Amino acid sequence: MSLYNALFARLKANNEGAFIPFLTLGDPDLETSFEHLCLMVENGADALELGMPFSDPVADGPTIQAATLRALGAGTTPTKALALIRRLKDKYPQLPVGLLTYANLVFAAGIDQFYQDAKAAGVDSVLVADVPIKESAPFVAAAKAAGVAPVMIAPPNASEATLKAVAELSEGYVYLVSRAGVTGTETAAGKPLGHIIDTLKRFESAPVVLGFGIGEPSQVRAALAAGCDGAISGSATVKAAERSPQALARFVEGMKAASR
Amino acid sequence: MSRFSPYFGEFGGTYVPEILVPALDQLTEAFESALDDPEFHQELGKLLKHYAGRPTPLFEATHLSPNPLVRIFLKREDLVHGGAHKTNQVLAQGLLTQRMGKKEIIAETGAGQHGVATAMVAAMLGLKARIYMGAKDCERQQPNVYRMKLMGAEVIPVHSGSGTLKDAVNEALRDWAANYDSAHYLLGTAAGPHPFPHLVREFQRIIGKEAKAQMLEAIGRLPDAAIACVGGGSNAIGLFADFIEEKDVELVGVEPGGEGLDTGKHGAPIHLARTGILHGMKSYLMQDSDGQVEESHSISAGLDYPAVGPQHAYLAQTGRAQYVAVTDDEAIEAFKTLCRAEGIIPAIESSHALAYALKRAAEATKEEVLLVNLSGRGDKDLNTIMTLEGLQ
Ligand SMILES: Cc1ncc(COP(=O)(O)O)c(C=O)c1O
Repeated sequence: MSLYNALFARLKANNEGAFIPFLTLGDPDLETSFEHLCLMVENGADALELGMPFSDPVADGPTIQAATLRALGAGTTPTKALALIRRLKDKYPQLPVGLLTYANLVFAAGIDQFYQDAKAAGVDSVLVADVPIKESAPFVAAAKAAGVAPVMIAPPNASEATLKAVAELSEGYVYLVSRAGVTGTETAAGKPLGHIIDTLKRFESAPVVLGFGIGEPSQVRAALAAGCDGAISGSATVKAAERSPQALARFVEGMKAASR
Repeated sequence: MSRFSPYFGEFGGTYVPEILVPALDQLTEAFESALDDPEFHQELGKLLKHYAGRPTPLFEATHLSPNPLVRIFLKREDLVHGGAHKTNQVLAQGLLTQRMGKKEIIAETGAGQHGVATAMVAAMLGLKARIYMGAKDCERQQPNVYRMKLMGAEVIPVHSGSGTLKDAVNEALRDWAANYDSAHYLLGTAAGPHPFPHLVREFQRIIGKEAKAQMLEAIGRLPDAAIACVGGGSNAIGLFADFIEEKDVELVGVEPGGEGLDTGKHGAPIHLARTGILHGMKSYLMQDSDGQVEESHSISAGLDYPAVGPQHAYLAQTGRAQYVAVTDDEAIEAFKTLCRAEGIIPAIESSHALAYALKRAAEATKEEVLLVNLSGRGDKDLNTIMTLEGLQ
């Protein structure tokens, strides 16, 4: 059973949702980044979503973009980012870890090689921010061949046909985007997307996790109330980490509490 | 089924966040239905003639040619309203914006020429325009920033990354992801996700179409080579489109060689031939071995882009077109030569194409006819030239 399946089964049995914080790997440097990742696990994160820094993160807003620049400035490369995940997984073997990346980093490594390297590092799922369903075939095939779950995005404007494809292709979980736009808490999460969740479930999708604009415990509660299986918080987590390790710990703890 | 494939060989595609896919599908549909609509063509034709000033002349630059064996003809896109070829396709996309029932335009601009064209057309069609421009380009191209503002556009300087065109495209894409319902992203070159490379080519095709007829009228035959500068590739693909099937006509794209191809400070991704994925397309891309995108360098803001439109990558790979590079210094030299020889001040972008033509002409040992696309006029570049000359 995949770590995601085990996680969602356990949470369901406890009547809980998943809280999945996001940080950019190597921000502000590799050592501090490792401490931040461990801190999130110790304070209740059910799984982690980790960004591989890319020079042109067009799906990200200013907060994650700045984190990316710090990570790149500190010399984070894809190889070092994966090594960081390896360290983390050696410490927490049961923790599901998702990688968020961009198409060119996958393509530059060689699509098959990228997923094999990710698998070797202990990555459980990969979401490629700028690969939509239309272009996903080689990425999904390589992911499946390597034993990594391909995660697809379901945006609020998706057609039924797109949602069907998302449900069919996405493994581990489906990343439901709460609203139009890029990542960030400048714009809050949108209204609950009941119809999209229903459609995904009708097509028997993997668990649905809501992301984009989530930074408050009340939003986690609202996501679960709307039928989501969990919530992802990116920019707000990055901002908490920018403040202090204590702020990051308290933030994760508070968000996780809201998922119970 | 769509009439255009998203791919040119292995290049092209639609590499955007899923949320933008419906907006691109909507644009594809509007574009293809417009192509079949005589009313659209009539309206666009009227604007091209009475607003933009088409057809542009074909001028034989007799004093420019350094070699009596070689005749050089200039396609005068510098005379298009707005000062560059950019206006041609912006008019078409402005009409498409209306067709899609949208009232706002998002655009990016490098040299500012696309921004100026967009601001112009937005003003004329009663649309709101937000234009992203790299902070460094705002510096280099101040007159164009002011022109855009005069015509009512909002100009948003982009400080991230290298502060040039690449970063302006990133910001425009972010804006579009948030506002695709009400806003059209009016992309300025023959690059980006499908259908933009096709769309921009079809509406820039008029350059080569006119030039072809004008060459036949002037000398009774087609040129030996058609030459244009390549940033993203719109003026070049516009010139090339109607010549691609004319196998006797050499197609030459001129990339910005910056400080020299061996210095790493250039904007010549076709020269490097490393395939990558950026801004919605798979194409040749300047990048490091990890896939991080590298900053390009060119004295000309309009060519300062680390990637190139996918059809050019394909034309290069298949050998139908050849791509060469010209350095900053060579372009400036050609700029000055044209000013003196013919009383025409060309854009520094276009001066790259000219520099290649001059070099080729100087070396020619047999009769040859060269067609050079003079993609824009150089008024916007006077700051750059005066700074180089120590005049300010
Ligand atoms: C005069 C001129 N020529 C050429 C270009 C390069 O664009 P493209 O490669 O799309 O023709 C620009 C871009 O701003 C321009 O202003």
